[in-house]
Amino acid sequence: MGGSVSGQIVNLLAALLLLIAFAMLSQRRVLSLVRLLAWQGAALAASTLIVAHSTAQPHLYYSAALTVALKVILIPWVLHRLIDRLDVRWDVEPLINIPTTMLAGIALVIFAFALATPISEMATTLTRGTLGIALASVLLSFLMMIARRKAIAQVIGFLAMENGLLFAATSATYGMPLVVELGIALDVLVATFIFGIFFFHIREQFDSLDISHMEKLKED
Amino acid sequence: MIHTALDGALACALAWLLLAALALVPAGGAAFARRIAFPLGAVAGLALAAFGLLAIWEPPASRTLVLGLPDLPFHVRLDPLAGFFLFLLGAVSAGISVNAAGYFRAEAPGRLALIGLQYFVFLASMAMVVLADDAYLFMVAWETMALASYFLVTTDHDQPAIRSAGFLYLLIAHLGAIAILLCFGIMHGGRGDYTFEALRAAELAPYWSTTAFLLAFFGFGAKAGMIPLHAWLPEAHPAAPSPVSALMSGVMLKTAIYGMVRVVYDLIGDVRWEWGLVVLAIGAATTLFGVLYALMQHDLKRLLAYHSVENIGIILLGLGMSLVFIGFGHPAAGALGLIAALYHTLNHAVFKGLLFLGAGAILHSRGLRDLNDMGGLVRTMPRTALYFLVGALAISALPPLNGFVSEWLTFQTALQAPVLREGAVRSLLPLFAATLALAGALTAMCFVKVYGIAFLGQPREPRHPAREHSGRDCGPLEQLGMAWLAAGCVALGLFPTAMLAALDRVSVALTGTGLADEALGAGWLWLVPTTASQAAYSPVIFLVVIVAVVLLTILLVRRFYHGRVRYSHPWDCGFPEQTARMQDTADAFGQPIRHVFGPLYLMKRHLPGAEDPSPRFTLKIEDRHWYWLYLPVARLAEYVSARVAALQRGRIGVYLAYSFLTLIALLAFAT
Repeated sequence: MGGSVSGQIVNLLAALLLLIAFAMLSQRRVLSLVRLLAWQGAALAASTLIVAHSTAQPHLYYSAALTVALKVILIPWVLHRLIDRLDVRWDVEPLINIPTTMLAGIALVIFAFALATPISEMATTLTRGTLGIALASVLLSFLMMIARRKAIAQVIGFLAMENGLLFAATSATYGMPLVVELGIALDVLVATFIFGIFFFHIREQFDSLDISHMEKLKED
Repeated sequence: MIHTALDGALACALAWLLLAALALVPAGGAAFARRIAFPLGAVAGLALAAFGLLAIWEPPASRTLVLGLPDLPFHVRLDPLAGFFLFLLGAVSAGISVNAAGYFRAEAPGRLALIGLQYFVFLASMAMVVLADDAYLFMVAWETMALASYFLVTTDHDQPAIRSAGFLYLLIAHLGAIAILLCFGIMHGGRGDYTFEALRAAELAPYWSTTAFLLAFFGFGAKAGMIPLHAWLPEAHPAAPSPVSALMSGVMLKTAIYGMVRVVYDLIGDVRWEWGLVVLAIGAATTLFGVLYALMQHDLKRLLAYHSVENIGIILLGLGMSLVFIGFGHPAAGALGLIAALYHTLNHAVFKGLLFLGAGAILHSRGLRDLNDMGGLVRTMPRTALYFLVGALAISALPPLNGFVSEWLTFQTALQAPVLREGAVRSLLPLFAATLALAGALTAMCFVKVYGIAFLGQPREPRHPAREHSGRDCGPLEQLGMAWLAAGCVALGLFPTAMLAALDRVSVALTGTGLADEALGAGWLWLVPTTASQAAYSPVIFLVVIVAVVLLTILLVRRFYHGRVRYSHPWDCGFPEQTARMQDTADAFGQPIRHVFGPLYLMKRHLPGAEDPSPRFTLKIEDRHWYWLYLPVARLAEYVSARVAALQRGRIGVYLAYSFLTLIALLAFAT
């Protein structure tokens, strides 16, 4: 079944997901990061939809709808508003320069595939080749959180990581139970709002969103 | 309706908990605690002692309580060993509680309420430690006991010295608790069942059972005060109010002995003789160290604390010999050693409780704790002097009092060495017996010093004590408490056979073997450890002979010398002006020992020169363990924590990198 059309499309979308993850890693502009996040959400929703269609799992339709509503529309909109209000449209300077980050990212992808191969061979699902990609995009998002200096980029990295996790769940086990997925979606939404509030507080305190200011909070 | 001794014992523990809660009720105030709570606590103690005694003669009873966590209920069990320790706890705490009712009479109501709460929680938790039949309840009770006693030690927490003493105590208590927890973990072996039943049934490989033994020995030893973990004892005991010191030294240290016996004999079961040698070596070192440092002290409560260290050493000697004999397959001699150790546990609880109460009476009456300031107390405090004398004679192991009986039994155990076929061990045992003999003699010297300096001679302090101290003998309740314990010293000394029969039951229940039939059948008059032809001791006959000789001497003196007595001034060495300060001091008394055992002490001495305008001799004896063990460990801990603190960089990126690397490592190694 992996060779069927739907399988091919899922694989294509998975590749797209990974590509977007790399794009986020190399992107310097905050607004583009948000746009990429929305696109990643769209790719995720599309792949969920295809899996739902080809395996006739009705709850995956809800999941796809939820993804579209939340990750393609609501959260990017909230982030846009945040960026407007905080006036942080300019570049985010990375801590580590971009080519180095990209090289580290490639190493992570190889690592993730090496890790996922033995698991994928046991799997019988439609999308078994995609587990490595899902794991790679989780790790890449994590890497982005480490490499960026501005707090807002870290929140985007966190949300992208969550996308990768959801993709792993869809591809490996046809999705988590709907209750769990609803819970996670709500968590992510709440986290976004809480981060938003934090941003205001951080800026009020330090006049900047640069997290290096928070080193002052360390106890000596 | 009480069905078994177990229910009765649980009811007593519950009564103590209720008293703890009631002590907080502000309405009654100080009068409530004094007139009702502490006497009722004493009654509960007596009842507990009775139930404990009953349990020695009954088959073990167990029960599952409805308390605890879901699916993890508390189990309790009362067997002869637990019964014996409940008897000890109840009987000794009864005397101390009565004394406390008088001792705390001048406390402010707020402080008294807290003391009452902690005191009774402390008592109840000790009872639960003994009753516990699963590792979970045991650890809960054990830690409750440690915390309650910590707060009691720091009753006067406004003084920095007492706060640091309390911290040291809490630190070592927790180190011990960790070791005990690990020991239970090893015995349990990952089966998910922490009842003692399951731990008993577990078969351990020799390597693991030795590890479990070492952990238990370390953990319980830290609480008991064996060296080198004794450092908290001489700090915490003087810091606590005297009834609390009596309770801690008399009873709490014994719960550690209980734990050691329970884990080694009962739960681990397969005793190895090498363990016995470890216990013997540490026990001998503890005994000698304790008494030698006690001789150097001039703070009465510190001195008594060092004697607790020494007596724990004596108990360990008995236990160690018992382990050696059982390990080599001589259960009868092993049972004798166990009985000697348990008997000394009880005896030490009684006389050390008494001595601490006496020290408390002096502190209350005069505000004195330094022996160098005391003197002539026998005239102002005759009752206290009498009870203290009984305690001093008992701890010095003089017949016919109780200290002698258990030390004699320990000697008799050492004299069983010829049954061993292993030459090296056989020749070692007399060495340990010699250590015990030396310690006994030094203890006697130490209490000659204490009694002679404190109660005899001339007062060294100003004639009128400070306003808040009465200067008179202690009140009737305090005297009653001391009299109860003094009576215990005499009874346990004069009629040891009754207790021996009870301890034989404990030994049979625990090891399967007791004393020889001849020993038990010797009747109430004669104490026979093995066979009558080998050794026998009759305290009653001994007492009769002593009394007869004294009476005869008095009679002869009266008969032949009466009327020819000549009164004159004592020889004053040609120096007519004598003051009370010219008497021997406590430090002076220890000087010969300080000379002989000089290398053992860390002395800081200041000898004034001939030209010194204000000559003052000062001497400070410090514990060497601080320098070679405690301070290095403290420095190491500080060094390591400084290195670990370097991980904290204050940058989110670095923290994220930590979790990222951990994740990668886990992913890489988990597959």
